[in-house]
Amino acid sequence: MSIRERMSGNEAVAHAIKQINPDVMPAFPITPSTEIPQMVSSFIANGEIDTEFIPVESEHSSMSATMGANAAGARALTATSSCGLAYMWELLYVAASDRLPVVLALVNRALTGPININCDHSDSMGARDAGWIQIYAENNQEAYDNFIQAFRIAEHPDVRLPLMACQDGFITSHAVENIELIEDDKVKEFVGEYKPENYLLNPDMPMAVGPYANSPFYMETKMNQRLAMENAKKVILEVAEEFEKMSGRKYGFFEEYKLDDADYAIVIIGSAAGTTKDAVDELREQGIKAGLLKIRVFRPFPGEAIANALKNVKAIAIMDRAESFSACGGPIGSELKAALFDLRITSTVVNYFYGIGGRDYTVAEAKAVYQDLINYVSGTADVENFKYIGLRK
Amino acid sequence: MKKNIEIRWHGRGGQGAKTAALLLADVAFSTGMHVQGFPEYGPERMGAPITAYNRIGESPIRVHSNIYEPDYVVVVDETLLHSVDVTKGLSKSGGIIINTTKSKEEILPLLNGYEGNVYTIDAHYVSMQTLGRYFPNSPMLAAIVKVADIMDQEVFLSHMEASYQHKFAKKPEVIEGNMNALKMAFQEVK
Repeated sequence: MSIRERMSGNEAVAHAIKQINPDVMPAFPITPSTEIPQMVSSFIANGEIDTEFIPVESEHSSMSATMGANAAGARALTATSSCGLAYMWELLYVAASDRLPVVLALVNRALTGPININCDHSDSMGARDAGWIQIYAENNQEAYDNFIQAFRIAEHPDVRLPLMACQDGFITSHAVENIELIEDDKVKEFVGEYKPENYLLNPDMPMAVGPYANSPFYMETKMNQRLAMENAKKVILEVAEEFEKMSGRKYGFFEEYKLDDADYAIVIIGSAAGTTKDAVDELREQGIKAGLLKIRVFRPFPGEAIANALKNVKAIAIMDRAESFSACGGPIGSELKAALFDLRITSTVVNYFYGIGGRDYTVAEAKAVYQDLINYVSGTADVENFKYIGLRK
Repeated sequence: MKKNIEIRWHGRGGQGAKTAALLLADVAFSTGMHVQGFPEYGPERMGAPITAYNRIGESPIRVHSNIYEPDYVVVVDETLLHSVDVTKGLSKSGGIIINTTKSKEEILPLLNGYEGNVYTIDAHYVSMQTLGRYFPNSPMLAAIVKVADIMDQEVFLSHMEASYQHKFAKKPEVIEGNMNALKMAFQEVK
């Protein structure tokens, strides 16, 4: 029996951490992820878990300490947002190439310039090429469920990659909503003990982590990271299947909502998917065949599977909550267009930008996007490649 | 029929409007409802206008946007009436509850022609009588529960008592005062 509760997204992740009882958590506070290490330190102070909490002076250090602990053989994690992730940048690449399966609870927030504490995906999208697995949540339930699956994916011997479990800052991190929790013993059994094959504190097998690798070896390291990402696809689905057996909740690379027979599709990540689902239902009541594809796993990018799921729709709106300033499309827009090209899918595709810096995204705006797609297909409006939603006039 | 009740809270940073919204979500959850309680953060500082929201209903809530057409609005600080359009989008069949010493007749001209129900409560008086200090959020919470008929008042009080016992585990002396504030607010909201 699952446990009916209500909590915020941050509380949900902190609760998952409590149930997992990891070995080490170094952290430095930053809005809106601060509550996670704050709650975990309370659990430790109350004797509920025996995680070693390391307060550090910056995110560069929190990621360094997380990686150090993990290389030593410990299950380690940290949490951050926005500029905190930016300050970890150098280490993100090191964690991936050193094949350290650390987990990062990322609470998405806009990067500074101008300063802004609210949600967008510019922090994690900027880190999309760092070699980390990235999994996104629509609500507190998914933030919790993804976190419970995170270590299993990251630590799998065929993967051994760091993983970012992302949720939308404030929108889910600070919103109290209903949630179904899993019993402590079931979570513990599911996540299991961390038993690394090689680790620094193993006197029987001395090793080096992160040595110098010049041109004779560097490229092979990168190719191996790529293979690990490929393997992650299989492992993510296996872990999801096992998770479904435990919880009854189904996960994959993405969620399809009324997409089967849809003519018009929105592709989106995170909390805005829920808002879009309400728009889909309202349009379906009017007989409009609207559908949604919500991306859960962005790294590795399941491009072929997503493109296949979209092959029968007439028009697609790809929604980015981050600018890439390529002047040629946002992160999801560019990658998904490439995947559609590989399958020779030539539907009408428009890349939208929404919700940047916490700009609200409403059911009415989602419906307006579907109306755009209808107009493009019927030829009553000229197709624009890029559009911003909710801009001030 | 609307699927969910939507409530918008207007307060100033430090007055507990966000806490009240989260407490309302909490107590509605305890009676088996689907809930959402969330703040909208602007500049985080004492005294700045803040907004918080509740969605409460029988079915799961998926939408994650702010609330633009609320059924009810709760104004924790009446000085906001001069600077914030608190009745914007407010349903005529719903209502607004304002923490004020003024009468409805005195308040109405400040509501931009709002034609729905207007309720007032002097949360300062209630708070000083029951707690001896000014914490408007408990009285305002009881006021919205009564006005919007979110749940039975006795059920509300019993769940709130449990909630306060948890929240004030280290300050049990304030539980009785808060409970009295809720009960008095039921009588005082007009």
